[in-house]
Amino acid sequence: MSHKILVIADHHDGQLLDATGRAVTCAADIGGDIDVLVLAHDGQAIADAAATLAGVSGVHLIDNAANEHPMAAVLAPQIVAFADNGGYSHVLGPNTTFGKDLMPRVAALADVAMVTDVMAVHGPYEFDRPIYAGNAITTVRAPEAQTLVASVRCASYGAAEKTGSASVAAATVEAELPSHTRFVGLEQAESDRPDLQTAPKVISGGRGVGSEENFRIVYDFADKIGAAVGASRAAVDAGYVPNDMQVGQTGKIISPELYMCFGISGAIQHLAGIKDAGTIVAINKDPEAPIFELADIGLVGDLFEIIPALDAAVS
Amino acid sequence: MKILVSVKRAIDYNVRIQVAPDGSGVVKNGVKHSMNPFDEIAVEQAIRWKEDGTASEVVAVAIGDDAVAEQLRTALAFGCDRAIHVKTDDEIQPLTAARVFKALAERESPDLFLMGKQAIDDDANQTGQMTAAKLNWPQATFASKIELADGTAEVTREIDTGLETLSVDLPAVVTVDLRLNEPRYLKLPNIMKAKKKPIEALVFDELEVAAATPIETVTTKAPPKRAGGIMVETVDELVAKLKEKSLI
Ligand SMILES: Cc1cc2nc3c(=O)[nH]c(=O)nc-3n(C[C@H](O)[C@H](O)[C@H](O)COP(=O)(O)OP(=O)(O)OC[C@H]3O[C@@H](n4cnc5c(N)ncnc54)[C@H](O)[C@@H]3O)c2cc1C
Ligand SMILES: Cc1cc2nc3c(=O)[nH]c(=O)nc-3n(C[C@H](O)[C@H](O)[C@H](O)COP(=O)(O)OP(=O)(O)OC[C@H]3O[C@@H](n4cnc5c(N)ncnc54)[C@H](O)[C@@H]3O)c2cc1C
Repeated sequence: MSHKILVIADHHDGQLLDATGRAVTCAADIGGDIDVLVLAHDGQAIADAAATLAGVSGVHLIDNAANEHPMAAVLAPQIVAFADNGGYSHVLGPNTTFGKDLMPRVAALADVAMVTDVMAVHGPYEFDRPIYAGNAITTVRAPEAQTLVASVRCASYGAAEKTGSASVAAATVEAELPSHTRFVGLEQAESDRPDLQTAPKVISGGRGVGSEENFRIVYDFADKIGAAVGASRAAVDAGYVPNDMQVGQTGKIISPELYMCFGISGAIQHLAGIKDAGTIVAINKDPEAPIFELADIGLVGDLFEIIPALDAAVS
Repeated sequence: MKILVSVKRAIDYNVRIQVAPDGSGVVKNGVKHSMNPFDEIAVEQAIRWKEDGTASEVVAVAIGDDAVAEQLRTALAFGCDRAIHVKTDDEIQPLTAARVFKALAERESPDLFLMGKQAIDDDANQTGQMTAAKLNWPQATFASKIELADGTAEVTREIDTGLETLSVDLPAVVTVDLRLNEPRYLKLPNIMKAKKKPIEALVFDELEVAAATPIETVTTKAPPKRAGGIMVETVDELVAKLKEKSLI
């Protein structure tokens, strides 16, 4: 049987997010016809961007003012109606906070189980997923008789190339949209730095950095080498940096080519976020810090001396 | 206002997980279990509202075998008024948990159902959203701030792009994130008092709930080990290594 896979697009500020392309790569591993569904308001540009993703056959755009801000309770009934009409065997979303919020609601409306964080595909219904903060990997088999709803662990997949030219069609669905959930606002940290989730280089700071002011040297060094900036939970909790910079089990799971962390001890919850990094470099003044067990390159020392020296060395 | 809060028993977050060599799963026997940390935050929040008069009753709910009673006692020691233990020896996946929680919500008619955003064992991050969908209630996930008003809640959510605020009508399901609060340490008198509080036991049949078709576990293995790393002594050495790999 050939499969028909629907990938739900994640987008922000009128831009298609890279996470969507990663979910498409996972869909290609499952095999079958791949469509992308864009739910947006004024979403033509987003749909056009999705159409360039290699491997995508068709892009469907449900354009509706109600879809301006993604709210699971509003989007889920539209997705279920669209997937039903289209006879899709699989509905995938990325495991961004958008997908984490949305996909279980889609699954429950369809009354099917869901697989969270697909990291490898063994067959159309058999996948690997991490449990216990990635300290164990479990292979699961989902029932074939029902639509498979899953989120894709973006860190495990590269984004599909932008060499495609799929068709884009406007779509409408019959679905009752609730008014019980209203968007109030979004407070975004302003940053011109590369996106933490997709940047090839990430520099992170932990509690060892000591203050919001001290984080400046981390930012400056990151800017010098063109890296995104991340942080441990302790640094976020202490107010040094905003929450969207947290890396780890309950923050962002990332897979940069280079991950350099300063003043982070290496708690398992933090390590869960960086296991797929290419090269992990740890700088910590405590030679016993657990981060050194995982790091590819470790350097014991005071970050306040090492960062300026690194800065000078790469200038 | 009446609040339901779900409590899950999970391996303690400080434990180093061991995977059974035969692929059957994670070793759980003789390993310390405690309340899922996110659920502790949910319980703490509910109790703070009870203490400031916002909430009139807080009911802790759990699904699982007899051992789960231990975490319900902990919730009662936090200050929950009573608990409901839906008993089963089967492993419960999120869709089934959501069916049970829907039945409990219909029975108890809370104004708010608080849950953890994810359980740190299975990391599914599904149950709250699924419960909300089943009830046709609003959901606000990953909450770092919740303000209750008359018939609505304004919830600040930690999302990839920053902090989003939603306003939802009550009743609603809200799942909580780490930064909502810091749970208190339990005091002995409260632990003693909790022993006298009621835990009602129920089974699936009494709630007219059937388990969903499960996702099967084929095998569980340890993650691939990263190749051993090296230590360098100086910044110059570090920079040389990074240049070698064309990383800077
Ligand atoms: C349910 C749960 C989920 C969690 N999720 C996450 C998560 O997603 N992400 C996350 O990061 N954490 C998470 N945590 C928290 C985690 O357990 C740790 O508490 C946290 O990662 C510690 O952050 P840290 O390494 O910055 O701080 P610490 O553990 O305090 O480490 C600071 C380090 O800095 C070093 N240091 C201090 N000064 C200097 C200096 N001048 N130069 C060099 N080194 C210095 C110290 O030697 C120390 O090793 C979670 C915890 C729980 C319970
Ligand atoms: C493939 C697979 C294999 C499994 N193997 C085992 C196993 O070997 N042994 C075993 O005991 N379980 C097993 N389970 C069950 C699993 O540990 C979880 O109980 C279940 O999947 C719910 O996932 P979660 O807790 O990660 O849900 P999440 O959606 O992450 O949980 C979110 C929140 O929902 C609430 N919640 C969820 N479940 C309960 C509950 N039972 N009681 C109270 N509150 C709850 C909590 O507030 C929690 O914070 C397995 C599940 C799957 C999918």
